[in-house]
Amino acid sequence: MGIDPSGVKYVMNPFDEIALEEAIRLKEEAGDGLVTVLSVGPEESKEILRTALAMGADEAVLLASPESADGLVIARALAEEIGGREYDLILFGKQAIDDDNMQVPAMVAELMGLPCASVVVELQIEGRHVVAHREIEGGHEIVEFDLPAVVGAQKGLNEPRYPSLKGIMAAKKKPLDVKEIGFTEPKVRIVALQEPPSRAGGEIVGQGPEAVPELVRRLRDRALV
Amino acid sequence: MARVLVYAEARDGELRPVASEAVTAGGDLAEQLGGSVDVFLLGPPGMAQRAADLGRYGADRIFVAEDPAFSSYAADAGVRFCEYLVGREAYDAVIFPASAQGKDLAPRTAARLDRGLATEVVSVGVDGGRPVATRPMFAGKAVATVAFAELPALISVRPNVFRPRERPADGSVQVVEIASEPAAQRVTGIETGDREALDVSEANIVVSGGRGMKDPENWSVLEDLVEALGDDATLGASRAVVDAGWRPHSEQVGQTGKVVSPSLYFAVGISGAIQHLAGMRTAKTIVAINRDADAPIFSVADYGLVGDLFEVVPALAAELRRVRAGG
Repeated sequence: MGIDPSGVKYVMNPFDEIALEEAIRLKEEAGDGLVTVLSVGPEESKEILRTALAMGADEAVLLASPESADGLVIARALAEEIGGREYDLILFGKQAIDDDNMQVPAMVAELMGLPCASVVVELQIEGRHVVAHREIEGGHEIVEFDLPAVVGAQKGLNEPRYPSLKGIMAAKKKPLDVKEIGFTEPKVRIVALQEPPSRAGGEIVGQGPEAVPELVRRLRDRALV
Repeated sequence: MARVLVYAEARDGELRPVASEAVTAGGDLAEQLGGSVDVFLLGPPGMAQRAADLGRYGADRIFVAEDPAFSSYAADAGVRFCEYLVGREAYDAVIFPASAQGKDLAPRTAARLDRGLATEVVSVGVDGGRPVATRPMFAGKAVATVAFAELPALISVRPNVFRPRERPADGSVQVVEIASEPAAQRVTGIETGDREALDVSEANIVVSGGRGMKDPENWSVLEDLVEALGDDATLGASRAVVDAGWRPHSEQVGQTGKVVSPSLYFAVGISGAIQHLAGMRTAKTIVAINRDADAPIFSVADYGLVGDLFEVVPALAAELRRVRAGG
């Protein structure tokens, strides 16, 4: 089994939209600043970067490589690019929703020697000091650190805006660079891709509350309740 | 001899349920490699005594770093601890839980050690004498088998998948000095809700509500069912009701929410969009309650009940209480 990517329409990861929204808001609140959007991926990703510019980012860079990569390879490419720039805050979506790896933000932080809060639902920045609320099991963990830093954005942090018509027009004039890069060797490799075991579902126990005793009997038979 | 290293998670000086699950996963892998399991963990003074319990699940040696600062998650010290152990002895794999802590610690450690990481792993195995791991991808529509270029292989295991299995081993505890400083970030507090609810990703039974609940006020019906099911049950929610602001994001099950693998999952008034199925299709048993007999959720549910949830759910809570009382 394999994945045929032809004809796939690429869209921005919803968590990345939240990260970008946060960056734009921080710039708007500060009344000053530069929002750069970075992506690692195929040429098709330019379309997504254009959307990011329309939302309010100032410039975009695509690190393009035809080779395949794992989390660490992508993190290295990003860390190298970001290291050559001036920055205060590096925002990520907390995870991608295709491979769901959830590795890159913390890896970039480690490679760059920066503090990191992943899965952030609330962010307060005063001067150089950051108080981040990180989602954990059953609540939030409050993490404090100083800029520069890495933050992974989780749902709840904000409600991302839609690009306005004005934004879409302005985006056409904003810089979008494509840099061809080479990747380092990936450390993990997918050796097989299979369909998940199918569920033998589909049994209807009955209709309405009259079927409840039968349902409970079955659950008890399997020691589930 | 092959060795597997496992990160056992603790919070406030108590081992979390994912600790014994991760040790069990380590045991599964060590058994196939023909080796043993070492465990490392951080906690406040006194942690070492409580850690000895992990010998039951197959921990041969348990390395504990104690410091008052380790009552809460200490990312920097955790990475240093793992780096120290891996530098001292050859390990074939390092296993973390894919919990909030593990999802942060595992990639940091992978970057520090310059090794590959497979996250949200649901099974571990051996191919050609080396560890391999399987993990769902593309919203659960595919399962990938992942191999590692260099050892140790770093693996984070999905909560609730590796059920703790007794596999008695030495469980000898050694305290290791790991400095709490320097730390680039500090945990300065933990906020929990009104009641410390069981997290949806770790609960044994999940009762999720969807748009069919009609109104956030109606959640008392599900809360009552959770109560009837007992202490290891908790609430979940579909994306629709979270986006509508009826329920908190932390309860969302699905592609952009949490992935859950409870023993028992109730989908109440949830039609079963593919994005929702991505979050719960690895539940052991699925029960669907929906008035629409054609809802896609019924095709994955082990037991479906067609009917008005406002009649069925209270009847279900009452029946559970009745049979429990009757023994």
